Amino acid sequence: MFGTGLLKGLGITLKHALDTFADDRKHVPSRYQDSVKGGNGRRVIEQPITQEGLLTIQYPEERRLLPERFRYIPMLIWDTQANEDKCTACGICAKVCPPQCIWIVRDMDANGKPVARPAEFYIDAAVCMSCSFCVEFCPFDAIKMNHDFELAVYDRYPQLVYDKAELTVPVEYYAALWPTQWAAEEEAKRQKEAEDKAKAEAKAKADAEKAAKAASAAAAKPAPAAVEAKASAPGEAVASNGGVVVASADGGATDEAAAKKARLDELKRKAAETAKKRKDGGA
Amino acid sequence: MEDSPATNFQDLKSTQTQNYLHDTIQVPDDLQANVMVTTLDKVYNWSRTSSMWPLLFGLACCAIEMIATAASRFDLARFGMEVMRPSPRQSDLMIVSGTVTKKMVPAIVRIYNQMAEPRYVLALGACATGGGPFKEGYNVVSGIDTYIPVDVYVPGCPPTPEALIYGLLKLHKKVERQSIAKVSWYKKNTSEFIPIPVLGPDVFDPRQVEMIREYTLGAGAVRGPAAAEVRVLPQLLTADQKAHLEQVRARYLAKVKQPA
Amino acid sequence: MTELVAEAPVVEQTADAAYPYNNVVPGAVIGRWAEGSDPALVVAPDKLIALLTHLRDQESYDFLSSVTCVDYSAYAGKARAGIKERFDTVYHLYSTQKGGGHINLHVRVPEGDSVPSATSVYPGANLQECEVYDLYGIKFEGHPNLRRVLLWEGFNGYPMRKDWKEAYFEEENKPFKNRHPAEGYFWHEDKLPWGSNSTYPEGWDPESWQTPISYVPVSQAPEGLGYDSEKSNVGAVGELDTQSIVVNLGPHHPSTHGVFRMLARIEGETVLALEPEMGYLHRNHEKIGERNTWLMNMPFTDRLDYINSMSNNLGYALAIEKLANIEVPERANYIRIIMAELTRVVNHMWSIGFILNDLGALQTPALYAIEEREMILDLFEAVSGSRLMCNYMRFGGVVRDLPAGWLEKAKYMVDTRLPNVLDELDRLITGNEIMMARGRGVGYLSAKDLIALSVSGPMIRAAGVPYDIRKAQPYCIYDRFDFDIPTLPESDIFARYYIRLLEARESVKILKQALRDIPGGEFLSTRDKYTFRPTEGEAYVRVEAPKGELGFYVVSDNKANPYRYHVRAPSFINLNALGPMSVGYKIADAVVVLGAIDIVLGEVDR
Repeated sequence: MFGTGLLKGLGITLKHALDTFADDRKHVPSRYQDSVKGGNGRRVIEQPITQEGLLTIQYPEERRLLPERFRYIPMLIWDTQANEDKCTACGICAKVCPPQCIWIVRDMDANGKPVARPAEFYIDAAVCMSCSFCVEFCPFDAIKMNHDFELAVYDRYPQLVYDKAELTVPVEYYAALWPTQWAAEEEAKRQKEAEDKAKAEAKAKADAEKAAKAASAAAAKPAPAAVEAKASAPGEAVASNGGVVVASADGGATDEAAAKKARLDELKRKAAETAKKRKDGGA
Repeated sequence: MEDSPATNFQDLKSTQTQNYLHDTIQVPDDLQANVMVTTLDKVYNWSRTSSMWPLLFGLACCAIEMIATAASRFDLARFGMEVMRPSPRQSDLMIVSGTVTKKMVPAIVRIYNQMAEPRYVLALGACATGGGPFKEGYNVVSGIDTYIPVDVYVPGCPPTPEALIYGLLKLHKKVERQSIAKVSWYKKNTSEFIPIPVLGPDVFDPRQVEMIREYTLGAGAVRGPAAAEVRVLPQLLTADQKAHLEQVRARYLAKVKQPA
Repeated sequence: MTELVAEAPVVEQTADAAYPYNNVVPGAVIGRWAEGSDPALVVAPDKLIALLTHLRDQESYDFLSSVTCVDYSAYAGKARAGIKERFDTVYHLYSTQKGGGHINLHVRVPEGDSVPSATSVYPGANLQECEVYDLYGIKFEGHPNLRRVLLWEGFNGYPMRKDWKEAYFEEENKPFKNRHPAEGYFWHEDKLPWGSNSTYPEGWDPESWQTPISYVPVSQAPEGLGYDSEKSNVGAVGELDTQSIVVNLGPHHPSTHGVFRMLARIEGETVLALEPEMGYLHRNHEKIGERNTWLMNMPFTDRLDYINSMSNNLGYALAIEKLANIEVPERANYIRIIMAELTRVVNHMWSIGFILNDLGALQTPALYAIEEREMILDLFEAVSGSRLMCNYMRFGGVVRDLPAGWLEKAKYMVDTRLPNVLDELDRLITGNEIMMARGRGVGYLSAKDLIALSVSGPMIRAAGVPYDIRKAQPYCIYDRFDFDIPTLPESDIFARYYIRLLEARESVKILKQALRDIPGGEFLSTRDKYTFRPTEGEAYVRVEAPKGELGFYVVSDNKANPYRYHVRAPSFINLNALGPMSVGYKIADAVVVLGAIDIVLGEVDR
């Protein structure tokens, strides 16, 4: 009969409307009570798979619970205990990056000898494809994927060319974002240390002379006291690094942006000069 | 679940959205005293931000996320944006959602020109922002801002629906700073017509014709790195044509050499 | 495949009766190479049409899967050292009746020469030959409408040739050296004075430039191709004294599913001919892919058909695994199939919702259909970290194991949620008057024509052809699962809608079995280094993507980068049928016909 199909369809939409209404009434006055996780005044919603339909996430008042593996733009890890970059400027991330959006400049010491630390580290967020190959292949766990997606800005350049200061986050931040993976990495590290220790002990038993050597090597590692002394600094490091990240994404810090622009312009000018030189030399 | 990532995430780093939840409209300094205009501004901007109709305009992958943003879960209707207009004449906001190719860019510029003021542009995703992963490609424009002015850039590949909403809030913020007394679109002839790019041997901007000519026809000029090896003259010019071009070029050079 | 490398020259250029088919088409096959799983025959250009006709009519190789080209001017390997000709056009033929493997034909072309067009035997070669012409500059003689499909008339050069360099060209191969610089770095925009990604030929004057008239011929559909006079009402128009006009839809049009353009010649409202025009999202996937390392292409495949990144990952991973002989652990195979089938459900829901959108039932069905998609995307996100661009598979497995608790969620999704949702969609749409009135009998094309036009996927199954690569040539471990290939005989819009619903149900069936049987153990056989180098050789692998037959053709010369990387995109080739299917129906129906083909522009234009 003509019209039955339409009536059936309208019935389904009506049922949807009533179900949604009933579902909302169930949770009055506090909507999504079961899913609320709290945190800084914004509710975090995780819809249980058993709940029918789909909950509307009222971003920005609420947010979706992001899974641990969520990836957006990479971040660099700052080892707060050792008070140094985890990155050794080996450049593997720059090599594996499919759109080639990572630039690393290795740092030099006072004598002009390269050291295992990046002086500059840039990621062009206007090119990055969030593939997380850099994370996969980093041998030092120094680069990880950030969950922060609130990165919209009014100017592309230089705001979206993230430099080292903007990319760096303390290791605690990473541990909070990726708890499972962080725990696994820590466990692996502990195991490796234990193995090393066991090896060293075995060696010590076998050879007294080598045992002495092993002891000296252990002494070369930062003594507990030294770690303690540095540990007073980390709080500061966290604040400064975390602070920069926030300020940069804000886009309001015009002085900083101007300074960065000047710095980048200088680098670009240098690059143009080298390119020209190379070209002239080649021709 | 007390140790869920989200909780600590929030503790460690407060996000900027907080500002948007509780911030009032900023009033330009010189208008502080003018209560009527500021009140009017509030109403004006409130109505504009609450009914900012986007252009129904999907380019690539990011368009899927744009549709997801408009769908039930993220629900752009909460911002008065559920009405996506296919016609540029009726829309306020162009969300450039995806890779801008050279073949498409004339159409995009034309659509932008057809939009009525006030109009806003949001570059969604890495490709629209700066070319993205396809930047090196021969048919890809490195960012739509090469041709049309962009108000907000949303990086990410692809940006999640939340990231897009954050970008929209950022745009609302920008709109709220505007004052009805100062905006340009009530004055005469202020709407800028952007010359439509032309598909030649490669896409070119009519505004850059002089510059391009200087490089393609000038002797010993710096060319693109690849130009010298593989590009050949499409046709040989006659002596008359050459002389004419030389004259044009000389005129242009004389013009650009004049002190500003 | 490892035995592919042989001492040069591999091919003796003599017509020998020892080669197959020479007894039926004398002198057609002049050589062979790549002995083993992928035998390829070298064919004399002048005998190509005769051989193709024989293969189609006598050997039932009725399906021309892929036509592409390789430029051998920079090949570094030994296997092809004997080749004098620069270009090599490659054809892959399959049989929809017998199933099984392919016949691979190569036709060598020196620069400047032309190849006979296969369109007279397989009309489905139409768009693919246009693409080869557009990107390599090879002319196909006898092609009805050879034009630049992806770029535009007047574009300078043929970009896929190995000596063609783009404006932002840095180095031949990635990784680029200056990313770890001692001498500073640069942004691409600064390389050229005009600050954009374009170069112009020397001596070219922009002021006197006149764009060549890119006339896309709009003519009657070829005789006997998609124009069934019994089913069409085109004859009725003749009674009125009307004049035909050309209507342009797109590239910015709400009905074109992206940036796509249709040029329709209409008389009254009846379509007399319709020509697709694409390339508005041509983002040089293959050119970039040949510069990338093998692994780097994986995240780029996500962006081909951006609704189904998992299927694309799977196809590419299988191609490389075939090329390099990589084993895949049991668990990884199960995970892959779970992901691929979830993707299929997502795609079909999306496609069903938007067919209704095209029919004028704006928003509500589409919103209902993509509601459940969000929950599946959450599953993808939990596994891979991204909703759309999963980048999840690797050569030899998947990149990470399933997170804790994922399987339970997926089981609930598959056992309870998905069947409910599919039932609801069925109730909402199937009996709907709009769907019936506008879907039944519209966009008809016979199964024979569809296969001749190289159309694949749900489109031919909606025409009654039970052809599905998962059954015809099982890959992964599809042969272990119990599922059917649903077919419908009607071959109209309604059948194309309904077949997708049925297929989604079959996918749920596979998912239930896979989630029940998934074993523990390894999920990745080899943690690949980023400097992965497969041995010399070539491989063509196709999978049954939700939109049809997705093929990857790769050629390796034992370097860290693919020598040739070609994607046989189902959306692109299915568009062959758009014109023939729309002819004779109203212009408003052409929009639905396009919607029912279910294209994604990222894959059409690549």
